Amino acid sequence: MRLLVEGLSARRGEDLIFNDISFSLAAGEALVVTGPNGSGKSTLLRVLAGLLQAETGKISLKDGPPGFEHPHELSHYLGHRNAMKRELTVEENLSFWRRFLGNSPGGSGIDLAAAAEAVGLAGITHLPFGYLSAGQQRRMAMAKLLVAYRPIWILDEPTAALDAGADRLFAGLVTSHLERGGIVIAATHQSLGIGQSKTLQMTGFSH
Amino acid sequence: MSLFFRDLKLSVRAGGGAMIGVLFFMTVVSVIPFGVGPDLNLLARIGPAILWIGALLASLLGLDRLFQAEREDGSLDLMLMQETPLILTVFVKCAAHWSASGLPLVVASPFLGLFMNMDELAIGATMLTLLAGTPAITFIGAVGAAVAVALPRGGLLVSILVLPLAIPVLIFGVSAVYAAVEDPAPFLPPLMILMAITLFFAVIGPLAAAAALRHSAD
Repeated sequence: MRLLVEGLSARRGEDLIFNDISFSLAAGEALVVTGPNGSGKSTLLRVLAGLLQAETGKISLKDGPPGFEHPHELSHYLGHRNAMKRELTVEENLSFWRRFLGNSPGGSGIDLAAAAEAVGLAGITHLPFGYLSAGQQRRMAMAKLLVAYRPIWILDEPTAALDAGADRLFAGLVTSHLERGGIVIAATHQSLGIGQSKTLQMTGFSH
Repeated sequence: MSLFFRDLKLSVRAGGGAMIGVLFFMTVVSVIPFGVGPDLNLLARIGPAILWIGALLASLLGLDRLFQAEREDGSLDLMLMQETPLILTVFVKCAAHWSASGLPLVVASPFLGLFMNMDELAIGATMLTLLAGTPAITFIGAVGAAVAVALPRGGLLVSILVLPLAIPVLIFGVSAVYAAVEDPAPFLPPLMILMAITLFFAVIGPLAAAAALRHSAD
């Protein structure tokens, strides 16, 4: 499987946020998007996730599973917000997303207990999500990536609010996802601590 | 299906607001007899209309949070990305919203009907028309909620957007009840039209709401 992005540009209101971005990622490759605040990292990721219309350019998938025209149907998107309900317990949240998202062809998610174990928070899945600390909430949002299988992970500053231990743990998750032939696109300020990866430096436009 | 149960669970948990609608409904209807005075005949005559107006306003109450809550915590993004058609997702959310806030109104209406000195036939007819008509309000409201999803204080705007479209539901709902009580008018035609409106909006509502949600993404 190969993710191809050609000549992508996006606009917000009147301003062009970025222009003519092209890259290609094969299975097992990661792309780290860096750049100062406001340079368009999040916008790029939202365009890739299909949440914003691109002004020009196209995103396509080569040799992907049949029946999927848009790569975003095969993607996990972890944005700034965790997409978990504060009123429900962690377990209810995760099992909802597990059933709602389903698995993409070519893999299957791990069960809830194993996912909580993988993010280092086994044993507190019975608590309401709102009771957890910011870092724990972020870790549980990552567990969401594991309970339903998606080959492409789109991560927007995944390690914000995380301590050093969680950083390493997350690097491990990303590395094992890449080893299984996944694709990771992450916007970040810190290094993700994964082996080699392509980087894309966003410069933004000066006005 | 999992979405349906999740939304139901959310609405009965703390801050879910399923009971707010019923409480509002009860408040509005139970104040009327005090305002109008103890004229039992008058109360019986205006009863169905009051019940319907109360139910209409009560079902508008929680609608603005339908998509806004999802948007605030980022869940809406994930729903937009899925292969599952967004229309279906919206439809299921509407169904869950109606079960949590519309159905209790229907269940509460007979008790409030007693307040209004309505006879059994009028109470039964009101319940039946509410059962047939309130889903339409939810589906219409979903469109308003989707349009106003990005606005921080969209609540009142949703009500104003939705109210003109909900007027036909009110008209046919109330006229069906009066037709059941007063002899010469036939009961079935207005009820059929009410059901037709509900079915119509069950199709149009999710379609329009899904389109509005797609364009609201920023």
